[in-house]
Parts: sequence; C-alpha cells; structure tokens
Amino acid sequence: MSRIEKRFKMLKERNEAALIPFVTAGYPDLHRCRDIVMALAEAGADIIELGIPYSDPVADGPVIQAASQQALAASMDLEAFFNLVAEVRQSSDVPLVAMTYYNPVFVYGQERFADNCRQSGIDGVIVSDLPPEEGEEWLKIAAVAGLDTIMLAAPTSTEERLRRVIDSASGFVYCVSRLGVTGADQDLSDSLRPRLERMRAMTDKPLCVGFGISTAEHVRQVAAPADGAVVGSALVRLVAGNDGAPDLIDRVREFAVGLKKATVR
Amino acid sequence: MKQWHFGEFGGRYVPETLMPALEELAAEYARAQADPAFNAELDYYLREYVGRPTPLYQAKRLTEKLGGARIYLKREDLCHTGSHKLNNTMGQVLLARRMGKPRVIAETGAGQHGVATATVAALFGLECDVYMGAEDMRRQALNVYRMRLLGARVISVESGSRTLKDATSEAMRDWAATVEHTHYIIGSVVGPHPYPTMVRDFQAIIGREVERDMQQQEGRLPDYLVACVGGGSNAMGLFHQFVGRGPKLVGVEAGGLGLSGDKHSASINAGSPGILHGARSFIIQDDQGQVLPTHSVSAGLDYPGVGPEHAWLKDTGKAEYITATDAEALEAFHLLAEYEGIIPALESSHAVAGAVRLAPGLSSDMLMVVNISGRGDKDVNEIAEVEGVEL
Ligand SMILES: Cc1ncc(COP(=O)(O)O)c(C=O)c1O
Repeated sequence: MSRIEKRFKMLKERNEAALIPFVTAGYPDLHRCRDIVMALAEAGADIIELGIPYSDPVADGPVIQAASQQALAASMDLEAFFNLVAEVRQSSDVPLVAMTYYNPVFVYGQERFADNCRQSGIDGVIVSDLPPEEGEEWLKIAAVAGLDTIMLAAPTSTEERLRRVIDSASGFVYCVSRLGVTGADQDLSDSLRPRLERMRAMTDKPLCVGFGISTAEHVRQVAAPADGAVVGSALVRLVAGNDGAPDLIDRVREFAVGLKKATVR
Repeated sequence: MKQWHFGEFGGRYVPETLMPALEELAAEYARAQADPAFNAELDYYLREYVGRPTPLYQAKRLTEKLGGARIYLKREDLCHTGSHKLNNTMGQVLLARRMGKPRVIAETGAGQHGVATATVAALFGLECDVYMGAEDMRRQALNVYRMRLLGARVISVESGSRTLKDATSEAMRDWAATVEHTHYIIGSVVGPHPYPTMVRDFQAIIGREVERDMQQQEGRLPDYLVACVGGGSNAMGLFHQFVGRGPKLVGVEAGGLGLSGDKHSASINAGSPGILHGARSFIIQDDQGQVLPTHSVSAGLDYPGVGPEHAWLKDTGKAEYITATDAEALEAFHLLAEYEGIIPALESSHAVAGAVRLAPGLSSDMLMVVNISGRGDKDVNEIAEVEGVEL
C-alpha cells in the first residue's frame, strides 16, 4: 500500500477528510519553502503538493504564475526540487505529491524523473496537462517506479471521460471544482456536490477537490461529500502577502491548523 | 500512432477541462467537412469576402535581379485584411456558428490573426476578445487600433516575455474558463489536435490555387515552394498540396540576430523536442524544459514553437528548413518593394530572403513559388524605427 493510500485509510478510520495544501517549490525561496512545508506537515496536512515551477503554466492563474516566475528567477530547477524533497523526507513521513506540467518531465526524461521522485521521497505525481490518452507511457513508468499518478477530472468531463480518468488514476482522483485555472475564490460552485455524488457512484478511489478552495468554510463544505480538499492559491497568496514578515512561518502554520480542523466530519 | 499524431509529434497535451471541447471540435469539424452545405458556404465567403483566388504573379524584375530560378509570388497579401490569416478564421468562425458559440477568442503576435478574427466576428456578430503581448502591442500599434475599430477587445498580456507565446497561454486560460460558450480560434497550425490539421486544411487552398495556376501558366508543377515559418500556417497551406509529389518544400525560420546566440526564433533549426501549447514539436527551451524567450524583428515569427506537422516534415526529410536573419529579412523587404512594387509583411520578407539565398544558385528553367503571406503596411512604422528614420 502506498503512503497516500495508507493516509486515506487512516483518515477514513478517523472520519476526516484530507487536507492537501499546495506550495510552489522554491517559493518564496528554497530555505523558507522547506520551512513552510515542515510547518504544514506539523499543522496536520495529510498530503502536501509541491508545484514544480514552469515557464508556461497554462492551468494556473496569476497567483501561482507569479510564484513560479519568482522561483524560476531564483534558479529553481529539478535538481534543487529533488534536494528539497529529500530534505523534507528526512524529517517527515507526510505523503508528498509533485505537481508539474508535462514538458519538464519529458525533457528531463520520464524514467529519470520517476526514479528521482522515488529516491527523493515523492509518493505521487500530478501532470496537469497530461490527459489519460497521452499518459499511457508515463503511467507505465510511474507504476514501475511505485509512484501514484493522480489524474484530473473536470466539470466538463463526459461520463466516458470520467471513467477513463478514474481508471487510470491511483492515489486519489483530483476533482477540479469549476471551470478555469487555479485561483482563490469567494464561493464554491453549486454544481460541485452533484458531480461528486456522480463520481462517488463510479469509484471507491478517494476523491479530492481543488481549484478555488481558499477558506476553512470551503474545506468544511467539501469535507462531507469528498475525501480531501486541495488549498493552493490561497496559501501561495498568504505567503506572497507575508513575504518578508518575520512570522511568515507561524502565519502559514496557523492557517493550516484552521483548515485541518475543518476536515473533521 | 494515434490518428492525431504526426509521427511522434502533435497530440493533445492540455488540462482535462479542455479535452471535451477538443473532442467536440474535432467531431464537428469532421461533420462539417462531409457536409456540402458547409463547403459551399466556405467557398462563397472565400470568393466574395476574402477575395480568392489570389494571383500567382511572375516576378520578372526580381527574377532578373537575382539571376537564377524563375520566381512566382503567391499573393496572399491581397486577401481582405492583408494576410493569409483570414482563410483560417473564416473556416473556424463558420464552425463556431455551427457549434452555437456566441463568443470567439484569439491570440495574436503581429496582429494579423487578431485582425482576421475580429473581422469575421464583426461579419457574423460574435463577441471577440484578442490576447496580445504588451511588447507586440507596442510594435504593431496599427493592428491594435484596427482590431478595436472592428469591435474587438484587445487584452494586453504582461506575463513572461510579453509576446505571442504568452498571449497564447493567456488565451488558453480564458478558454478553460469560458469553454462552454466560447470557441478559441487558434491562428496557426499549432496547439492540440484538431487544430494543426484543421488550420492546415483551411489554409491548403493556397497550394491548390498554386498548382492550378502554375499548370495554366507553365504547364507543370513548380520546383521550389518557399514560405516563412512562425507557427507555420502559411507554409503548411502552401506545402500541403505538394508533400511527397516532387517539389522541394523550403520553410524559412526567423534567424533574428543569428543562431549562434539566443536572439532568434528558429524552433526547428535550433530547438529540441518538447511540448508547448498542447502539442509535441520542436521548442526553444533549456535542458530543464523551461521555454526560453525568443527574438525576431517580425512579431508574427517571434514564437518558441512550431506546428507539429512541420516537425514531422523535417524529421522525415520531406521538407527543408532554413533561416533568415533580421538583417536579411529587412534587405529582402526593400528588394521586393523596389523591384516589384510590393511591400511585404516582415514575416513574408523572411520567405523573400529565402528566395534571395536560393534562387541565384538555380538554373533559369527552375520554377520557384514564394508565399507573400501578408502585406507590410503594419510594419512601416517599426521599420522606420529600426532604421532610424523619423516619420
Ligand atoms: C503575414 C504573416 N505571415 C506569417 C505569419 C506567421 O504565421 P504562420 O507561420 O502561421 O504563417 C504571420 C503571423 O502573424 C503573419 O502575420
């Protein structure tokens, strides 16, 4: 059983949903990014998504775009990324998921990327722009390396596509909450709940919701119908707003503690 | 190999949110292709509105000046709105109407595709937003104003290198949010399937007319076909009819300040395999798969990728790709203006520069067709600035 599967099993026993914070790797800098990840783990994050910065993030809104650009400008690369993961893994057992676009994986070499993920301590991978029909090669390589591949299900996905996404996913299924790109929203989409119910009837795999989830209240709303909530832009925005603040790490921890409480059903 | 791949190139590398829209578009396009009413409607608008067919004109003075192959110019600059871009936007807007989408969006570099999209949106009463890099809005200010006159909104893109690549990313983000009522009119043979195939098909009328007119004028096929390559739509439009039939296909990429540095846009000549904007092709990128900034004096060629079918034509040796520098393109620009009375777009000037390079080494019974993909009115201010002329 993978680290991610074990975590969901444990959460089920506790009747909690997973809190899945997202951070842009290397943002605001490598050192503080590591501290942020550690603080999130201590605050009760169940899985942590580490975004690999990319020059052309077509699925991301302005907040994550800006964080990615800043990290890249500070020479964040895959070597630094795997070092960061290894460092976190030395002192924490929290499941770690790498979120990336396909091109860096393709250019680095899919096998090499998968091996380095495995060796540094990554448990699962999300490739934002790799739908199941283009992902056959990656899915095989990931399986051999013992990595979960989390696939995205969209509000536009047809029944047939949902089935395909669910079938190829391992670890969990990432349900995109609404149309558009990543960003922190005021309200969650009304259509989310019925969609989750429809997917629930199709699979036993954990369903986690992301895109737009920004407050403890949102997490609470999602915690009942889903198995987890991903909080990305809201967290990155918090980091951006407190860049330079001496208590940045405390604020991140406090935010995460509040979110985690909201996952208790 | 999937039906939507060109060898190892092409594909559909997009977030799941957009996949159903691509499926819908591919299905609707297939239905439209088989529908005589759609083809009749497209023919009508191409003839009566775009102004097709465009001439295949024998450039006698240029031929004499270069002293080699006999040069013919395919005059896409005479299309309504001033470039080949309208061939594609006309086809796609008719599809958008079939799909019942009331809004269209586009990315644009030189502004020619933006103008062509704004034009068909005005023609059919659709809402239109065009994404354009802030740097391109500066150097193609005339086209920004034209789009606004046509009733489109032009949205300035400030991210990344603030050119065509970033405008394309921003248009994809818009589409992910609005896909239910919006059609994204991609302006070249790039992007996820079905765009590279569909845009090529809409542009392929260029090559069909060339074959017919060359048969009429010379009684045979041409020997060389030369076109500039940004994303590659005017080149694919010219080449498609002739692939594997004998004529040499030559694409001319933007060499910028030269391939030895990093100030160019020559994806095929100086890039490596990768994925950009939904397709696998040749990309200008670093060893970490991060896309790099590009340069060309011509905004329409200033793009780090290229259509996947060109990558495949290159890989299989069915076409050849050379480069022309900024300086060579500018020289060719003046040459065509002074010897033929035709002011070409800076993009098309790269094709002319290709002819300047190749024609003198060929015998006078060789027939060379150069695609003049657009007219140069939009570039006059930029050229004056580059050459230090006060207007
Ligand atoms: C006149 C003209 N030619 C060529 C191009 C390059 O595009 P493509 O390579 O798709 O023909 C452009 C793009 O803006 C253009 O305006």
